[in-house]
Amino acid sequence: MPKKYQVPVKGAPPRFKPIGKYTTIELREDCAGSCRKCVKKGCIYNIFKDDYKHVAHMAEPEYLYACQSCFRCVQECTRGIFSRVINPEYRSLGDDYWEADVIHRTWYQAHTGKIPVSGAGYRGPFVGEGFDSMWTDMSEIVRPTRDGIHGREYINTGIELSRRNSRLSFSENGSPVPEMTPIFEIPVPVMLRQPEFGVLSENVLQAAVRAAYFLGTMFFINPEYYSANLAQFANCLVPCLSKHNYLDFLEHAPGIRMIELGYDNEIGGVISGLRAMKSGLIISAGVPLNSEAASRAVDLAGFGADTIHFYADSRGRELDSENPRFIKEMIREVHLRLVGKLIRNKVNLVFSGGIAMAEHVAKAIICGADGVTIDIPLLIALECRLCYQCKDGNACPVKIGEINPDWGKQRIINLVGAWRNQLIEVMGAMGIREARRLRGEVGRSMWFEDLERENFGPIFGEKKVSGLV
Amino acid sequence: MKSRKKKNILPETRVTPSRFRNTIGKYTVRRNSRCISCGLCAKLCPYGVHQRYDNFNKSLRPVEHKCIGFKCRGNDFYCIDRCPEKALTLSLNPILDTLGDYRWTDEMLIAHWEMAETGNLPVVDLEYSLGNSGGGFDKIRFKMTDTESCPGPADEDIDMSVLLNKRADGRPEKTISMPCYGGGMSFGSTALNVIVGRARAAKRLNTLTCTGEGGYPEEFVPYADHVITQVATGLFGVREKTIQYAPVVEFKYAQGAKPGLGGHLLGDKVTPKVAAMRETVVGNALFSPFPFHSVYSVEDHKKHVDWVKEINPRVLVSVKVSTPSDVDMVAVGIYYAGAHIVHIDGSYGGTGAAPDIAKKNIAMPIEYAIPKVHKFLTEEGVRNKVCLIASGGIRNGMDVAKAVALGADGVVIGTAELVALDCVRCGNCESGRGCARGIATTDSELGEMITEEWAENRIVNMYSAWRKQWCRILRQFGMKSIRELVGRSDLLIHLDYLEESERMKYQPAPHKKLVI
Repeated sequence: MPKKYQVPVKGAPPRFKPIGKYTTIELREDCAGSCRKCVKKGCIYNIFKDDYKHVAHMAEPEYLYACQSCFRCVQECTRGIFSRVINPEYRSLGDDYWEADVIHRTWYQAHTGKIPVSGAGYRGPFVGEGFDSMWTDMSEIVRPTRDGIHGREYINTGIELSRRNSRLSFSENGSPVPEMTPIFEIPVPVMLRQPEFGVLSENVLQAAVRAAYFLGTMFFINPEYYSANLAQFANCLVPCLSKHNYLDFLEHAPGIRMIELGYDNEIGGVISGLRAMKSGLIISAGVPLNSEAASRAVDLAGFGADTIHFYADSRGRELDSENPRFIKEMIREVHLRLVGKLIRNKVNLVFSGGIAMAEHVAKAIICGADGVTIDIPLLIALECRLCYQCKDGNACPVKIGEINPDWGKQRIINLVGAWRNQLIEVMGAMGIREARRLRGEVGRSMWFEDLERENFGPIFGEKKVSGLV
Repeated sequence: MKSRKKKNILPETRVTPSRFRNTIGKYTVRRNSRCISCGLCAKLCPYGVHQRYDNFNKSLRPVEHKCIGFKCRGNDFYCIDRCPEKALTLSLNPILDTLGDYRWTDEMLIAHWEMAETGNLPVVDLEYSLGNSGGGFDKIRFKMTDTESCPGPADEDIDMSVLLNKRADGRPEKTISMPCYGGGMSFGSTALNVIVGRARAAKRLNTLTCTGEGGYPEEFVPYADHVITQVATGLFGVREKTIQYAPVVEFKYAQGAKPGLGGHLLGDKVTPKVAAMRETVVGNALFSPFPFHSVYSVEDHKKHVDWVKEINPRVLVSVKVSTPSDVDMVAVGIYYAGAHIVHIDGSYGGTGAAPDIAKKNIAMPIEYAIPKVHKFLTEEGVRNKVCLIASGGIRNGMDVAKAVALGADGVVIGTAELVALDCVRCGNCESGRGCARGIATTDSELGEMITEEWAENRIVNMYSAWRKQWCRILRQFGMKSIRELVGRSDLLIHLDYLEESERMKYQPAPHKKLVI
């Protein structure tokens, strides 16, 4: 049995005080000033302990990152001077896809490596756009895993990135051709990708690349950012090249095991040329996720690409479309097209864009992806606040460029470790022991439209409102 | 003809204010230093916002949650206008932004605290029947009828009882006096006074509560007729004696909030008492595995049921499962294995601790599962031989009625009972010392914040208020018993399934973007 894969997580505290969700409001004119029962001293989470400021000295409201929202200070202050509001900075954090809550959770996971756990029930909307309109199933009849989440029964999250022969081939004299395609595996279905913005200093790249190396996953890198310092990690690098520069790059960067070629009309020839030259090289094709994605996938499978890497925009939307579909629907389309052509098993599909939370990984795989790549979550793990100041050339408020690469590496490892554990949670509940078995397994999911039709249809009749709201 | 049922005796409600000195209301009433303490406001306000005691003539802090807000403006007792010194101001409470979430909105929380205090439905304009989640119960309404003016039977004459044993198998035909009973909360996750208070409330209400998977503290024994013993995968605290005490034994296969994942009590909560009860080591985290490692088929499950029935010949058996896509098949299997109660727990239900990814994503919401199971059991011809209980995301009295109309005989309530005990749903039940508000904690200090009696009264009050809501609905449809409502989904509408013109007649689903 192969060695069990584990991600060792280790606390990596933030360098800057993260943006808190709450702000205290104090109506200080009512405060007695030196109350012995001051609720700030009594806080059971000790959130005022570190920066307890006596009211007389308090210049500004306190932003409470650690506040757990128990309301005891508000309800117990003898003069009732406390109230709370949401920190205006928190309100402006992120946007409506990369929500403040998502950023907060990513920070938490990068900090602790733990999966977010809480009490009380689910607090969000009944159903939502995108990945939020499907649920994963669990297993009461099909045998669930035995304590998969506690490791008693091993759940394998590994996927392959190498192509597969669909059948044995024979030479003219009838003997089987011994040539086997190489097998190339990574232990987690999450790969890292160089973000398109952000302060991508040497330290940041080092952090991300070392994390990928440590995790055994891949890092998709823009060749312009490749330097000799990264050569020792060439194992885990996937340079994103074009037909113009791939030869040159491969010549100067030894040890590269996998490359990505940007899609164009001549990619078929380039792939076969490369195959002849470097038979062991794993070739990915980078394809924009637009209306032509599915047909290009069919072509690329024919050309013998190992992996097809589709790029949606940062919010997981189809490219080049006035009415873009979400990545979930796009994955279905590409996957089903290949299934229909009986070539799904030949290639691997990797999707990028809009993967913001661990549940998105599981759901993308259920829809038909083999794996996903993440970029923005890497920046968030390094404390990015998605303020986009760097895009205008302004200074980063959390000085991402100056991080210690080892600290950054641990933060990213923590994030991927936490995500993997969450993937194992849902896979354990589904009774699935192999990430590869989860691919396209929509039978292990439930979709909003189906549930409505099957369960509400017989009661309420035909649905008159399309969509979610 | 059946003889007329005698009047139901409703439990007495006792006014039981919050444990905290500053209550949170929808409105804030502030008194500034211009106040001359003349006492006029206290004389005027019929709702008790301004209080004044005979032997104390200073003005007190207004009891803000009693204030009915701006709709008071037209009244001649509107304190803001009448104050001779203009010392009072009224505003919407800005803290509402930080309270509540999509499912349990700020107003629903405040309204439940009020119900738990008074035993009546709130007089303040609070939306306590609909959440902000934009789907499921929040888009389902009872059909409008014109019979609302009909007087109908009085509350006492309406029968809310639910028959738990429909198998006619010689075991007791136990009924509970309302269509709800308490969900499992273990000794260890929740303060002892809270769970005993729940048991006392269950006794007064003639219903049940459940031990959860944490053993059977001695304190439960006086209420044993109203306490379900839960047998869950860790088998913590399950003994022959506790099976024999119980009127109902509940097998917990899965929990809606974390289906397929088992339980997890963090080490901090395993105090010496808890460890003794569970026969484990102090400070060590406890896992309930998933699934029952001895059950891999309906036959295995039947063996469990038979075993319990053998130990206690009077016990009823309930089986709790979550809601996977094949929940209907599971329910039928449960029935054929000999259970009296099929308990389905939907995915949006409460928990002491669960991974957020599980709460949100695994298994289907209970709104879908109830009609699915009800329909399948009916088609199998066994619906009238089994009691179908639903839980998981049933928040308020109206949700209960909707669940019953969708096809459940009754529901199990967990979170709402805790909200009655001043829970703010901050979600920190599990970390560190546990609940800061003294509910879900075994901390030596925090765990003593609540008395049994206070908990009992608050819970009885909340259900008494809910009962008034149910009576209103039953009267509206000319019914005298909650049993008539079971499966009457024809009395429900769903906003998304109505033509625009029809939909306008109903209250739209609350739809507000929250900062979560």
